[in-house]
Amino acid sequence: MSMRKFRPEFRLPHIGTTERWLMAVIALMCLFLAFTTDTFFTLVNLFDLLNISAVNVIFAAGLLVVLIAGGIDISFAVAASVVQYLTALTVEHLGGGNWAIGFLVAGLVGFALGAVNATLIWRFRIISIVVTIATFNLFFGALMFFTQGVSIYDLPSWWLDRIILFEFDTANGYAELTLPVAVMAAVVFATWFLIRRTTLGRQLYAMGDNMEGARRIGINIAGMHYLAYGWLGVMAGIAGLMQAHYAQEVVPNAMYGRELEVLAAVVLGGARLGGGRGTLLGAILGVALVAITQNGLNLMGVSPYAFKMIVGAVILVAITLSGSGMSTLMSGLFGAQKKRAAAT
Amino acid sequence: MTRSTTTTPSSPSPTPWLTRIATLGTGSEIAGLLVLLAVVVLVFSLSTDRFLSVPTFTSVAFQLPELGLLTLAMLIPILSGGLNLAITFTANICGLVLAWVLQANGGMEAGMMAFLLGGLAALAVGAFIGWVMGAAIAYTGAHPILVSLSMMIFLRGLGEFATRGGDISGFPEFVRSIGHGWFAGIPMPLWILIACVALWHLILNRTRLGLTIYMAGSNIEATRYSGIDTKRTLMLVYTLSGLMCGIAGILMLARFNSVRVGHGEAYLLITVLACFLGRVDPFGGFGRALPVALALVILQVISSGLNLLGANQHLATAMWGAFLIAVMVVRHVWASRSVRRT
Repeated sequence: MSMRKFRPEFRLPHIGTTERWLMAVIALMCLFLAFTTDTFFTLVNLFDLLNISAVNVIFAAGLLVVLIAGGIDISFAVAASVVQYLTALTVEHLGGGNWAIGFLVAGLVGFALGAVNATLIWRFRIISIVVTIATFNLFFGALMFFTQGVSIYDLPSWWLDRIILFEFDTANGYAELTLPVAVMAAVVFATWFLIRRTTLGRQLYAMGDNMEGARRIGINIAGMHYLAYGWLGVMAGIAGLMQAHYAQEVVPNAMYGRELEVLAAVVLGGARLGGGRGTLLGAILGVALVAITQNGLNLMGVSPYAFKMIVGAVILVAITLSGSGMSTLMSGLFGAQKKRAAAT
Repeated sequence: MTRSTTTTPSSPSPTPWLTRIATLGTGSEIAGLLVLLAVVVLVFSLSTDRFLSVPTFTSVAFQLPELGLLTLAMLIPILSGGLNLAITFTANICGLVLAWVLQANGGMEAGMMAFLLGGLAALAVGAFIGWVMGAAIAYTGAHPILVSLSMMIFLRGLGEFATRGGDISGFPEFVRSIGHGWFAGIPMPLWILIACVALWHLILNRTRLGLTIYMAGSNIEATRYSGIDTKRTLMLVYTLSGLMCGIAGILMLARFNSVRVGHGEAYLLITVLACFLGRVDPFGGFGRALPVALALVILQVISSGLNLLGANQHLATAMWGAFLIAVMVVRHVWASRSVRRT
């Protein structure tokens, strides 16, 4: 399994087993929804789906890097809220600002928060889940304490003005793609470039696969930690910026709980706790699966209370089924000794 | 005021003192925690007059058990090298089951039989939830963090769906006495906690299962190769954890006289904190029930003290996070020191 990863890639992109399964499931769900509801398969709904999912895809791209490097982070969504608030205060202090300043401030603050996690994990050798449970509570508690839970509505106009990339006038209304989708595309490309086309990316996979081995062949483990958690921090900052743009306000607890949704989606896409595995395509498909499930339930008029339960059940079943032992269990059951545990 | 000036010269010393005790060996961890407890009590009694009083300690004794039972539910999975993030919502669901059985049997007028039946059903549901997680972890090789996380998402959704986000209340009078009564001079909830700590201590130190849990936590492959059915061990670990959540859920129902999904959510962090303050190894395999129980007392005293000082709830959340980081950093510093010395 590890051989193929290091072979030069001068061929058509390979699509892994997990990704193929996800594509099949998503296609089936789309077909089902297209026939049972008359609103799902419209350009308006599909574009809305993209606009809504953009923030989660940005988070997912960052989280994927951490998972590949062998860590886990549940503090990023709350960190994004902290970034939103600090960015809003900073641009207010600067007397307006613009998108460039916004991205710069959000990126820097996000990186700093990620670096806090990286320092605790690497310097003090604390396992990442414990560190991020702690920083999750630290960030959230401090944010709610200092802001008193007060939202910010008077954001500068550059932040609030909707930027429409494409617009089509369809029978069901205007279908439009907005700024977050473009940012999502840029972020996904940057992350793809990092993990697939640079030495640093290969080193991240190596560290996630075998930390001690990576250290002995001379990989800078400390730097890799700052790269992974810092990358997630920057992504969280950008996602926070986009979420505030989309929601038109900064609410301190708006993204509380988002981390579980994103984590589940990325893991659905084939990334593993323990590191060394995971693709961007899988992560995006995972986010899409969760988003389409929610959208479909919504369109079919399922009670919002049943939402979380069904989404939770889907995630539970999918994570259980995608466990590496599952394929051996299945091949044991059916007596067929097919390809061993999910290729990549 | 005069008292505080006389004690200040001695207060800077506890840190090196603690260090020496902690590096002596495993037997001294209790002594270290006792010193920490003394320091915490001292700090709070110096900062407010109302701290060293009977009501404070009564409230500690009544509040400790819910947190304690959930910590026990967290302890065994951590010892086995995993984690159970679904504990609070498992407890909520178990509480709901008991509440339904009571409601179906007359609500306020429900009899003792209904309570026993409901309690058994709650424990069975808790054990079942744990068993499902254990089976998923043991047989599919999925990571405990992910399995328990997705179980948590599912249970929260299930609970909110079933209760529509509201409370269920209106239980017979005798249920209240479990949460608020006294027996032989000790609050009822504390009796339950003491019994459960003793049970956990026995399981971990005196049974075959306990030994295999520690072994699995140290090195699960080596344990499997030595002929132990590690799949069965893992399933039992999470089933026991779920069972303990069931007891916690029943107690929470009795304490608050109502059930709401999401109640006790904040305990998750504190249970992890209690385990690590009680010197449980985060990678599994090492740790004992008694130091964890002592760590719990420390945390509950801090929590009650903060309440008494009127600390902001969010500030307390941030502080628990910072405290967890501090505990882990101190552990790391100690560990690297003792390595350097030998």
